[in-house]
Amino acid sequence: MHSVLGDRKAIVILLGPALLVYSLVMLAPVLWSLGLTLFDGNALFGFDYVGFHNLATLAHDPQILSSLGFTVKYAVVITVGQVLLGYLLSLLYVFALRRASGIVRTLVFFPVVLPTVAVALMFQQMFAIAPRDGLVNELLHVFGVASVDWFGSPDTAFWVIVVMDVWRSMGFYAVLLYAGLVDIPEGILESARLDGANGWRLVRHIVLPLSLPVLLSAVIFSINGTLKVFDSVLALTGGGPGESTTPLTLYMFQTAFTYGDYGYGSTIALVLTMLSLGVTLLVFRSSRNDITEVER
Amino acid sequence: MDNRRVRRSRRLLPATAALATAAVVLTGCAGGGSGGNGGNEGAESFGLLINDDNQIVQDALTTLSEGDCSAENGELGLEIETIPQSGLDQQLQLLGGQDALPAQFAASGSPVVTKELDDAGQTLDLEQALTDLGELDNLQPAAISTIKNLYGGLIVLPYQFNIEGVWYNKQLFADNGIEVPTTWSEFVDASATLDAAGVTPLSASGEQGWPITRLISGYLYRELGPDALQKVADGEAKLTDPEYVAAAQAIADLGAAGYFGEGVGSIDYDTAVAQFLTGKAGMFYMGSWTLGAFNDPEQNQIGEDDIGFFPLPEVEGGAGSADQIPANVGLPIAVSANAYDDKVGAWLSCIAENYGATSLGDQGTVSGFTVNDDVSDVPPLTELVQDTIAGTTESTLWFEALFGAKATTTSQQNAAPLVTGAISAEEFMAKVQADLDSQ
Repeated sequence: MHSVLGDRKAIVILLGPALLVYSLVMLAPVLWSLGLTLFDGNALFGFDYVGFHNLATLAHDPQILSSLGFTVKYAVVITVGQVLLGYLLSLLYVFALRRASGIVRTLVFFPVVLPTVAVALMFQQMFAIAPRDGLVNELLHVFGVASVDWFGSPDTAFWVIVVMDVWRSMGFYAVLLYAGLVDIPEGILESARLDGANGWRLVRHIVLPLSLPVLLSAVIFSINGTLKVFDSVLALTGGGPGESTTPLTLYMFQTAFTYGDYGYGSTIALVLTMLSLGVTLLVFRSSRNDITEVER
Repeated sequence: MDNRRVRRSRRLLPATAALATAAVVLTGCAGGGSGGNGGNEGAESFGLLINDDNQIVQDALTTLSEGDCSAENGELGLEIETIPQSGLDQQLQLLGGQDALPAQFAASGSPVVTKELDDAGQTLDLEQALTDLGELDNLQPAAISTIKNLYGGLIVLPYQFNIEGVWYNKQLFADNGIEVPTTWSEFVDASATLDAAGVTPLSASGEQGWPITRLISGYLYRELGPDALQKVADGEAKLTDPEYVAAAQAIADLGAAGYFGEGVGSIDYDTAVAQFLTGKAGMFYMGSWTLGAFNDPEQNQIGEDDIGFFPLPEVEGGAGSADQIPANVGLPIAVSANAYDDKVGAWLSCIAENYGATSLGDQGTVSGFTVNDDVSDVPPLTELVQDTIAGTTESTLWFEALFGAKATTTSQQNAAPLVTGAISAEEFMAKVQADLDSQ
């Protein structure tokens, strides 16, 4: 084995094709997109070099702030929602349901495998007000509350998106965190119980610290997914009402492909990249801090 | 395996890997180009890429392909592909960028984009082509003039020739003692009366947005005259000027009073049509392309005799008049310059000669083609539209006709928030003007 890995030719042969494909399908488009930020135009009508004009436009674009705000708000709320509910579910699986959790885990996980568009159509119907009231408004009527136009105002539309996406994804995080929880040695839990730690104290002082690494992974997974939200918003609200629920991804897509401005679309992509880079650095820094603390 | 063979296979490995990678990459590249017409090689089929809500053109062309144009269809088969209107522009760019546009395509709801497609050499000069085919006489001069005004040249086919105005339910008007309104105040009063009677006064699709923004442009033309939006396009006026904001405010007021009904932002085009045709709404601002639905007894439950039409009423003291009626040729359908060949030319000849009669006779809709066969039993509403077109001396455009793609989207996306009160009239006009300024 050593002789193979010591051979430079073998390294080139083993890594070369993968590196080439990765470069072609990942690095080249990323650099291409970066280059496009200096141009104006699209594939159909040709490109004009405009220097840093697109970046200057960015500074005066009110929509970019609104989209950035929505993206961050969405990422924070959904991450908290799906990781918290996922964690509570996993605690339920491990400590309350134990061996009988199989059927509940399957049921809660089921929405994860459903196509996003199908889920969005279902939620559209559930929260509908026109042409007829959906399930939610009918329920409100039972309690004597008038119908709410859920997709008519930015706030209510945002919360419908949150409910849908948390419902759709909490099963995944529940299973992920469940895998972390079952790894906690039974002996530690047993000795803690003997020491009188039960219920909340057991979770707070034993389970939570021991499941912190997998929780951190879940948060990274979640932020990574939520910053790139696209399909669920497009299918549920189309970015509306107005542009109030338009994340950066959707704004980028519209700018490049609907308005035919690849250059400015790439500039928005750059903003999203910088945001993701910032969050990644933040996450890795905080995880490094944790490790240092453990070492002390 | 001896050493020599091992060395040889080691030498061959990089080459094999490189070949395999190149094959993968090439396969990936080739995938995007398949199915296109490529260059000037003519068309493989008489394709039509069209927005899915335009049933009229699809049905009329299908009828022709099975009847008058069956010979042409045998040579080059009609193939219809539909797409939601919201996805049309990006599909055009994608296909246009690869020279893969089908023989006919709906060329964007924004005339600016249609003109850009023409500048990029994607659309066929139909004046030249139809002259060469000896078919230009089969287009009505009024339709040619409307197309040239909008697109700078005859680059789209007049499959539709529409006017717009308010369709109303005669029975509901009579039951509630409402006269056909001639002024904006009477229009608002009629809406209030219908609302008090428990009927949705105005059926409109906020999901589409444009049925609402057309009320804004209608008000603007009545208030400021038919050149109101041309001045905005020319930079002589801004949508944020008080007199322009007043128009958006007038429509916002209709929404604030609840005259569009509940959840207007969720109502799609078909639901809006159904609301009117099932008697749940008293009035419906729409173009005459809806005649297909009005003349269909299955959809029209109130009966065609109970539908009346009036142009958007005049604004008291305004510079415009109710004789100025919005006219257009629908979402325009262009012919691909790359796909044009003799077979497509044969289809165009057949369409020019027969489309007018098919559209009028089978669909009951008015097109910009001359009607060369005797068409009996023209539905009364279609006759009404024909008469209105004949009597129109000055036509106007829709709200976004002179806007770019971004301002058009912003305007249509924010129409529902405007009438639900989520944004103010000032904010609405400022958003659209900001996009016009950045154009």
